Amino acid sequence: MSGHRFISTLLLALAFPALAVAGPRDELLTRYTSEARAADAGFSGFSAARGEALYRDRHAGGKPDTPACASCHANDPRKPGQTPTGKSIDPVAVSVSPNRYTDPAKVEKWFRRNCKEVLGRQCSPLEKGDWLTWMISQ
Amino acid sequence: MNVPIRPLVSASLILAVSAFVLAGAVADGGHYFPPVADKTTAEECGSCHLAFPPSMLPAASWRKMMGQLDQHFGDDASVDAATADLITRYLTSNAGDSSGLRFSGKLLRDLRPGEAPLRITELPRWKREHRKIRAAEWADPEVKSKANCAACHEGATRGYFDDD
Ligand code: HEC
Ligand code: HEC
Ligand code: HEC
Repeated sequence: MSGHRFISTLLLALAFPALAVAGPRDELLTRYTSEARAADAGFSGFSAARGEALYRDRHAGGKPDTPACASCHANDPRKPGQTPTGKSIDPVAVSVSPNRYTDPAKVEKWFRRNCKEVLGRQCSPLEKGDWLTWMISQ
Repeated sequence: MNVPIRPLVSASLILAVSAFVLAGAVADGGHYFPPVADKTTAEECGSCHLAFPPSMLPAASWRKMMGQLDQHFGDDASVDAATADLITRYLTSNAGDSSGLRFSGKLLRDLRPGEAPLRITELPRWKREHRKIRAAEWADPEVKSKANCAACHEGATRGYFDDD
């Protein structure tokens, strides 16, 4: 890197500290924000309360033995959950599982599988952003 | 000729030790099923249930299962093509009927050549080993499913299934 480029990168990083440390979770939220806006021009931000409802509500449309996200993930997202085959699942709340939601491919893979399992359809960008927002607050 | 003695000695020592370990496993009746050693396979195939030891099914079973991961016992377990390739290679080359692996002979003994069962828990030999377990024990909330090997076999993740 030329000295000039280095200096401007450094200046940029100093000017936008948030940008410089933007982690994968922020990148995911940014992505879900633009997708949610594209789907609905009236989009006005994610909601932790809606995220909690998505987590706890019993849904129809998916598999009868797993009507809720909380059927496998524990009632308290800070506690470990369990699959129907009895395998333990690490907590999904960020405060106790700081490595969660840091691999976007993994996050997308499990949204794809689990939303189909519970809702019988894919989750919308709004639902994904709400889930993430609630988990980051937990 | 200048033969390096040290490497030769350690090589024969290693051979002697592995022959001993092999003999031990076989004399034991083949109780040891080496656990999944590949990181990707352990992660992708061990999040919903125990990452089942590849030697518990023949290669044809793994090939068939890997070809229909989007309909995996009612679940969508699909992965991208490159990952699926890697896992298929690992599972088939460590399958129960792959050459050099005799540990699982007992579990697969009653299968006809070419048969590709998808469930370990449907193998005739597995059913016979578990015939004395009553319905109440299977229904125990700690067990939940026959595929929950680790509920009863404490050593399951280490490859041992002959404890209680
Ligand atoms: C049938 C059981 C089951 C149900 C029901 C379920 N999950 Fe999961 N979920 C899992 C398993 C297993 C994992 C992966 C194991 C792990 O990462 O520890 C996982 C992981 C995840 C992850 C990935 C977290 C990360 O580390 O990146 C997300 C996101 C997720 N689930 C969302 C959901 C949502 C949303 C619902 C409800 C619509 C739901 N899950 C319902 C079993 C389930
Ligand atoms: C999304 C969850 C999920 C993932 C990921 C998954 N499985 Fe499964 N698997 C299941 C379910 C559910 C069953 C049925 C379990 C039951 O009967 O209780 C099952 C059953 C099995 C069985 C048969 C168990 C028996 O009854 O003998 C094998 C073998 C198996 N899976 C192998 C794999 C392999 C190999 C992978 C990785 C490529 C994998 N699984 C990934 C959910 C999953
Ligand atoms: C409800 C409890 C239970 C569950 C679940 C269970 N087993 Fe067993 N298993 C037993 C008992 C009891 C025996 C017979 C006593 C013994 O040898 O440990 C046994 C025997 C075996 C044996 C023969 C052991 C030997 O002597 O070499 C194998 C192999 C085995 N189980 C594999 C499995 C696998 C693989 C699974 C999961 C797919 C499983 N078991 C699930 C209870 C269980």
